Amino acid sequence: MLEIIHDYWVYFLIGQYPNGPLGGLVLTLLLASCGLVLALPLGIVLGLARVSPWRWLRWPVTGFVFVVRGLPLLMVIFWAYFFLPSVTGVKTDQFTTMLIALVVFDAAYLAEIVRAGIQGLPRGQMETARALGLDYGRAMRLVVLPQALRSMLPSLVNQFVSTIKETSLGYIIGLAEVSFIATQINTQVFTKPAQIYLILGLTYFILCFGLSRFAYWLEGRLARRGMATASSVSAPKVSA
Amino acid sequence: MIELQDVNKWYGSYHALVDISETIRKGEVVVVCGPSGSGKSTLIRTFNRLEPIQSGRILIDGQDIHAPGTDVNAFRSRIGFVFQQFNLFPHLTVLQNCTMAPMQLRGLSRKEADERAMGLLQRVGLAGKANAWPSELSGGQQQRVAIARALAMQPPLMLFDEPTSALDPEMVGEVLLVMRDLTRDGMTMVCVTHEMGFAREVADRVLFMDEGKVLERATPDDFFNRPQHPRAQQFLSDIRSPFARGA
Amino acid sequence: MPLFDYSLLLTGKYHDMLVAGLWLSLQLLAASLVLALPIALVVALLRLSPLAPLRWLGFAYVETIRNIPLLAHMLFWYFGAPELLPEGIKQWLYAGHIEAYSAIIALSLYTAAFMAEDIRSGIRAIPAVQFEAGRALGFGFLGTMRRVVLPQALRVTVPPLISQTLSLWKNTSIATVIGVAELMYQAGQVESATFRSFESFAFASAAYLTVSLAITGLATWYHHRFPVRTI
Repeated sequence: MLEIIHDYWVYFLIGQYPNGPLGGLVLTLLLASCGLVLALPLGIVLGLARVSPWRWLRWPVTGFVFVVRGLPLLMVIFWAYFFLPSVTGVKTDQFTTMLIALVVFDAAYLAEIVRAGIQGLPRGQMETARALGLDYGRAMRLVVLPQALRSMLPSLVNQFVSTIKETSLGYIIGLAEVSFIATQINTQVFTKPAQIYLILGLTYFILCFGLSRFAYWLEGRLARRGMATASSVSAPKVSA
Repeated sequence: MIELQDVNKWYGSYHALVDISETIRKGEVVVVCGPSGSGKSTLIRTFNRLEPIQSGRILIDGQDIHAPGTDVNAFRSRIGFVFQQFNLFPHLTVLQNCTMAPMQLRGLSRKEADERAMGLLQRVGLAGKANAWPSELSGGQQQRVAIARALAMQPPLMLFDEPTSALDPEMVGEVLLVMRDLTRDGMTMVCVTHEMGFAREVADRVLFMDEGKVLERATPDDFFNRPQHPRAQQFLSDIRSPFARGA
Repeated sequence: MPLFDYSLLLTGKYHDMLVAGLWLSLQLLAASLVLALPIALVVALLRLSPLAPLRWLGFAYVETIRNIPLLAHMLFWYFGAPELLPEGIKQWLYAGHIEAYSAIIALSLYTAAFMAEDIRSGIRAIPAVQFEAGRALGFGFLGTMRRVVLPQALRVTVPPLISQTLSLWKNTSIATVIGVAELMYQAGQVESATFRSFESFAFASAAYLTVSLAITGLATWYHHRFPVRTI
């Protein structure tokens, strides 16, 4: 196993770069980061639309979120892959296709997280802001959203973990992310598939486990600051 | 200052406020009391339109706040409202809680807003806590900050919805003291409360409500010593001797 | 060429391919669900066990499986794991439907990790005082569990489990990567044969959405019929 790591670690990390496009673990992280960073504002907008008092806004967005959440990510990727070129007129590369699919998909899930965050706040907060004379928009912007976003932080980190896992599906359209690279290494080495895929699994594990521990720590810190989190359970535990 | 004309409100088929007509003059301190479910909280929440009404008018300084097309936000910024649950904004410091609205709505600069807020925090006895977070304060302290926050907008009218009901008994006094100080400055106040001591000492008038109606209006002295309406008499005797009924 | 060729979807060879794919997807769903639930229950009990090594075992299972993408699981079970087996079994597997078996193993283990957490949360959501009240009335540990805690825990646990089933349904699409001829695979096949990408993907999307809707409807019905009653 060690020889495999020794021979292929650079390829695993950055793909064929600089002799080709960027790939490997770095590409996975880049794709996941860009995906989440772009999906977040869209998710906030969709989440606000989901709680807005205006039906003409709420219903279409609810429909959109429902459809995206009812489909596998793979389906969304296929739609993007086959139809983006005809819509944009440009032959979109795999990275862009995957990025757009991820942004749309994650935004729908983030919309629900944002909605839960906003609706999880005590009702008195919006009411008090309105009682002071702030209009709906300012009350949202200055009082509700800052609190909702803070309470959402652990969920956001968990969503980032999900996004990292989702990047693996770029494999299907030939994107050189880390799972694809692992398979390439496997075809070259040929005799040690179990070890190669174990290394792949270990890589994901270290990354994702580390992040989810961070989310767990965040949740504890927020609870100590006296702020509710979107996922906190309030009942004391049963020990078995 | 406030005029209610034939105000009626329903929650579905439940008639929450029945033909309320009252006038509250500038500088008056009015206490609204009554048993649970009498509609007193609902009533005070209609004053700044936190609750809608189905018929009647509520005039604040001659303008109907419930008329369609009214700028509710402009009205609300001139009415201070203190909630039972304090509702401080936990993501802002005590000082920021008090400066936010004046900066946003009155265009005060940070410096001006800070000065005004510090003055008010001093007045409620919490100047030392200006940079603390709400979660670090006791209930009584939070409610006093809430009062300072409402006062920061310099409203001519203050409304209190059971301001001490959520507090532990030992903290009630500090909040009532602040409220009494306000009355000495000539503030127009309407206060829904169970604190009869406060009503006796500070109020100009007491309104007794039950089942959505105002059943008695009197000076504190008249109300507490010579209640007229049988429901009022029952209410006062329940408060004084809780075990007397059904002996 | 017509804009949307319905005939493609309703009759004929390609229709049959898509329906066969849908049927296989449903079979993957059923098989994985049936395997995942008992595994999840065992893991949940491990995590709640009073013995620390067992608790650690449960924790290790959940965290390892959950932090690795399903795609990597599938690749491992299809490319990696069979190589570790003795020659005889390996030959037998390759002669049969190894892709489907690998997919089902990957799906079951993956889903079980998430379901274990939901089951554990469900049991933990019942306030400790409920357990104490049962003991105070004179029931033993098992009796209290059976009569007081688990009936309440069940109502709390079922909705998240239905939600995991929804995820499982969507995850069956990933089996296409290792060559399982389920719905997504067939949609791709039809597309490359006919170049009617819109029709084949529309069919697949509609199929996924319909089953998703049915599962979500089940959750809503359950919530309605068996609401969680707290004090």
